[in-house]
Amino acid sequence: MTAVTWTTEVDRELCMGSGMCAAMASDLYRLDDEDRARPVSARLAPDERALDAADSCPASAIVVRDGDLPIGPRP
Amino acid sequence: MTATAGETPVPYPFNESAGLGLADAYQEALVRPGLTRVRLTYGEPAWLATRYADARLVLGDRRFSRAEALRHDEPRQSEGSRDSGILSMDPPEHTRLRTLVAKAFTVHQVEKLRPWVRELAHGLLDELEAQGQPADLVEHYALPIPVAVICRMLGVPEEDRPRFRAWSDAALSTSSLTAEEFLRSREELRAYMGSLIEEHRRSPRPDLMTGLIEARDTGDRLSELELVDLCVGILVAGHETTATQIPNFVHLLLDHPDQLKLLREQPDLIRGAVEELMRFVPLGSGAGFPRYATEDVEVGGTLVRAGEPVLVAVGAANRDALRFEAPGRLDVTRTGVQHLGFGHGVHHCLGAPLARLELQEALEALLVRFPDLRVAGDVEWKNQMLVRGPRAMPVGW
Repeated sequence: MTAVTWTTEVDRELCMGSGMCAAMASDLYRLDDEDRARPVSARLAPDERALDAADSCPASAIVVRDGDLPIGPRP
Repeated sequence: MTATAGETPVPYPFNESAGLGLADAYQEALVRPGLTRVRLTYGEPAWLATRYADARLVLGDRRFSRAEALRHDEPRQSEGSRDSGILSMDPPEHTRLRTLVAKAFTVHQVEKLRPWVRELAHGLLDELEAQGQPADLVEHYALPIPVAVICRMLGVPEEDRPRFRAWSDAALSTSSLTAEEFLRSREELRAYMGSLIEEHRRSPRPDLMTGLIEARDTGDRLSELELVDLCVGILVAGHETTATQIPNFVHLLLDHPDQLKLLREQPDLIRGAVEELMRFVPLGSGAGFPRYATEDVEVGGTLVRAGEPVLVAVGAANRDALRFEAPGRLDVTRTGVQHLGFGHGVHHCLGAPLARLELQEALEALLVRFPDLRVAGDVEWKNQMLVRGPRAMPVGW
């Protein structure tokens, strides 16, 4: 079992509900009743797709952290 | 009883090419249970999804694939079967290309261009005033704005517009172009882009093309053909739809003087108005880019079997009464309009934040500067194109 060391959050004010993240990784992000994205779980095992989602978000609304260190979106 | 795959399909697309109306057949499909069985001029029959919830499911669910279309006789409006590049890919291949360009088009990045786009719009209006009325809004305003923006971002000389306009038209044409003519035009556009890429390789510049070349040459993250097609895709998609929506929006607002008056009195409504106009305009002549089910999936009461294609009519979904109150009414004061005009899911329009910004600035400058704006001649509509809108729109002010 991989250690759960990453966290992710979605800024609901910025989210525009494109559905990009939920379509890329439906086990990591989903759209709620208001068509805004939220993480399925705030804590996750290291997963490249979370970084891809953060990179692809048109609203730059997704942040991924390793501990306290922001690692997504990537520079 | 809902439709089954054995049912006789109805001819599609439904919309007429002139004007911006939503065909009655869509209104009927919206209230009829299940999906509609349709047949396009070319390719196998397909399911048509019209309701908002069904559209969102098909566009946003990984059980529906775009890449599968390459292995089938894809339903389409023209003879030539198209590999639509990034739009014919599924994750993770799609993700590999999308992440290379996504950051250039985020809200954060494109907002930096806003003052320049505003200046650009006002500069074009200065020229219109100097030149005198009537003037063609498409040629002298709607096209130059997105062309200038995407050329600058990507690194394409703006003065080449007449050349790539012709190729771009062919790329989006559904007309009598034979498969051979379509392919020839595509090869010409690829050759043109290939030569620009070579120039950029020799002398790198601070633009998106240089960034993509670097991703290929030092990161090996995409093939040479993918590089060419990505640049071509960004150039074509980056101007054609916005250039079409500007006159569409103006045309609709002139048709709804009460709404136009509201916008003139309260320009801070313009951002919301752009979303409402995006919702209200059924831009496509018909739905394209079918999604193939990779397993059996129930959609809106119809069982779509693995290997069957579904077309998503976003123009109809945007008028779904289950999702929008009084969907047939244009109301620029609506808030939180979650339309599907930019699509949904992994293929959600890459340039959506840029298109929004251009539409907002183009509309605001025009309405503020020309309080007596009016159509001053016959509007000539595009014919046999994937997107609908005026080809020429003479205006006075």
